[in-house]
Amino acid sequence: MKSGRGAPNPLAMAQNPRTLYQKIWDSHVVENRDDGTSLIYIDRHLVHEVTSPQAFEALRVAGRKVRRPDLTLAVPDHNLPTTARRDAAGNRLPIEDAESAQQLAMLEKNAPAFGIRYIGATDREQGIVHVVGPEQGFSLPGATIVCGDSHTACHGGLGALAFGIGTSEVEHVLATQTLLLKQSKAMEVRVEGTLTPGVSAKDVVLHITGVLGASGGTGYVIEYTGNVIRDLSIEGRLTVSNMAIEHGARAGLIAPDDKTFAYLKGRPYAPKGAEWDAAVAWWTSLATDPGAKYDKVVVIDAADIAPSVTWGTSPEDVLPITAVVPAPESFADASKQEAARKSLDYMGLVPGQRLQDVEVQNIFIGSCTNSRIEDLRAAAAILKGRTKAANVKWAIVVPGSGLVKEQAEAEGLDKVFTDAGFEWREPGCSACLGMNPDKVPAGERCASTSNRNFVGRQGPGARTHLVSPAMAAAAAVTGKLTDVRDLV
Amino acid sequence: MDPVNQIEGRAYPFGLKNVDTDVIIPAHWLKTISREGLGKGAFEAIRKDPDNLFDSPEYAGSPILVAGDNFGCGSSREHAAWALGDMGIKAVIAPSFSDIFSGNAFKNGILTVILPQEAVDRLVEVAKTDPIHIDLEAQTVTTPFQDRFTFEIDAFRKHCLLNGLDEVGLTLARDVAISSYEQKLAGERSFLTHGTATAA
Repeated sequence: MKSGRGAPNPLAMAQNPRTLYQKIWDSHVVENRDDGTSLIYIDRHLVHEVTSPQAFEALRVAGRKVRRPDLTLAVPDHNLPTTARRDAAGNRLPIEDAESAQQLAMLEKNAPAFGIRYIGATDREQGIVHVVGPEQGFSLPGATIVCGDSHTACHGGLGALAFGIGTSEVEHVLATQTLLLKQSKAMEVRVEGTLTPGVSAKDVVLHITGVLGASGGTGYVIEYTGNVIRDLSIEGRLTVSNMAIEHGARAGLIAPDDKTFAYLKGRPYAPKGAEWDAAVAWWTSLATDPGAKYDKVVVIDAADIAPSVTWGTSPEDVLPITAVVPAPESFADASKQEAARKSLDYMGLVPGQRLQDVEVQNIFIGSCTNSRIEDLRAAAAILKGRTKAANVKWAIVVPGSGLVKEQAEAEGLDKVFTDAGFEWREPGCSACLGMNPDKVPAGERCASTSNRNFVGRQGPGARTHLVSPAMAAAAAVTGKLTDVRDLV
Repeated sequence: MDPVNQIEGRAYPFGLKNVDTDVIIPAHWLKTISREGLGKGAFEAIRKDPDNLFDSPEYAGSPILVAGDNFGCGSSREHAAWALGDMGIKAVIAPSFSDIFSGNAFKNGILTVILPQEAVDRLVEVAKTDPIHIDLEAQTVTTPFQDRFTFEIDAFRKHCLLNGLDEVGLTLARDVAISSYEQKLAGERSFLTHGTATAA
């Protein structure tokens, strides 16, 4: 469904039911081009230290400026160490890794040089871009949001059309506040029914990834619907939309509702006064119209979703915790059989082995998928009055932002974690990706609340099992992958 | 950017499914502030195997990579495209690509060619012994054995690749349209226009 050139005919639009995606798309078309692409206006641009240096450099070389520095927000997160950032006297501590220090210094220099608001490493608002955006009210429903990071889909949990871009596109957005895009197809993933106890938003999205496969959403923007999605908290919706990219979709969307508005109201960059009312009226109008057609619909029964864990090196390799490691021959397609053989070899697992017998040496609770206050509460609820098993050598909790950290400390969660043998860290991407000091040693396993179990993702040779925060906490207590339902 | 049209030569018969950008270029290579020199980090984990494809003299300097389904999935890092470009790769052929990777490849003058799995399987076989020829203008992939596969490509991307055009420059020339959109937005949805500036 393409919008035509010129002004839309209101009557025709009223007769033509549209999806949430279509409405956001239509409202952002600067111009449609003859070749089927559209110039799309970008409302919000988040910038971090890793994918921006080459973009700023290209602007500088070409003598170009940032068109809308006020619609851009910069914050370091990817390679910032999560250990203390100030000494006892309050002085900023240096970053040991020279290359990381250089990237951080570049962002610290580039942001003010181009007039962009910069949240620094030692500011209390600092955190993972995808936690900071919603938390500051910078990310808004119905907005187009981009960032040089594939988990930008996260902001779709608020009903924003948000997606990851490469560095050339970062440069394009900085210079023009637009992107040249071809409209994606629209998919509805409807989750209906009742979630069973112990099943969280993370299990929902892991299950969806298992059903669709790692490339099942390629070429689509997915709208997650159904009573299960509606009943999720905003934190849970951000978790689901965050992993849209893990089933190949560039963006995920969840219709904004009263819960979304309550979450955003009063946040620093959220609209105020009369503009707030106008915003709520427009956001409310964005919901998919009755009768609107999706290009594909997938329906998932909540009763089929169990506390889940990944066994391989693709996020599609998902099974209920009660399952056993699959045999490569059990897959129909030959290339998947080959991939499964390689995965099992890398993961050090054998077909038929019970997932619940797999010992883990490391626990990571954090990442843009699961580092919000609700995630920390869920993990702490399992850990309260318990301690990590002796074979768990390293267990860390990395809050998604300084504000999440403050909130958790006000609730005493930090004490629950440290009493259980966890380290309580400073905000950042941490052990989700092997580019800061938080890495999992080669050959060791990690029960991780992050989003990717790729080869080498958490460090060369590291073996990742993706789980929910409660499941990570349960694994810490028993020292092996564990069904959280056994501990509640 | 250099124009792209005819790409001919040996091809890496890779073919693996779901190759993510962490495999193409691991995170520790992302600390660079330059676009250059990433070829030596490309496929690092795979290259630990002494018999790997990428260090085989047979394929050294091949301009084409024949890859598997969902190539370039995962992280949005453009470093993956920079690394392939630095290795000398000018085209990747696969049954499907992640959306972000194919965009990044295009912006660096690397052609992504989508062909059905059977065609890709055939090209993996051919690549083990013989060269492959890609003609962007004609939208064909051919081999010395009379194989001829046609592929689809977005008209705008084809035009930019054939002419080596800079997309930022092209869009900056649309300033009037962008400014007019911004004026309309300020009238209709002013609540979206403040960003980090203090709202009224």
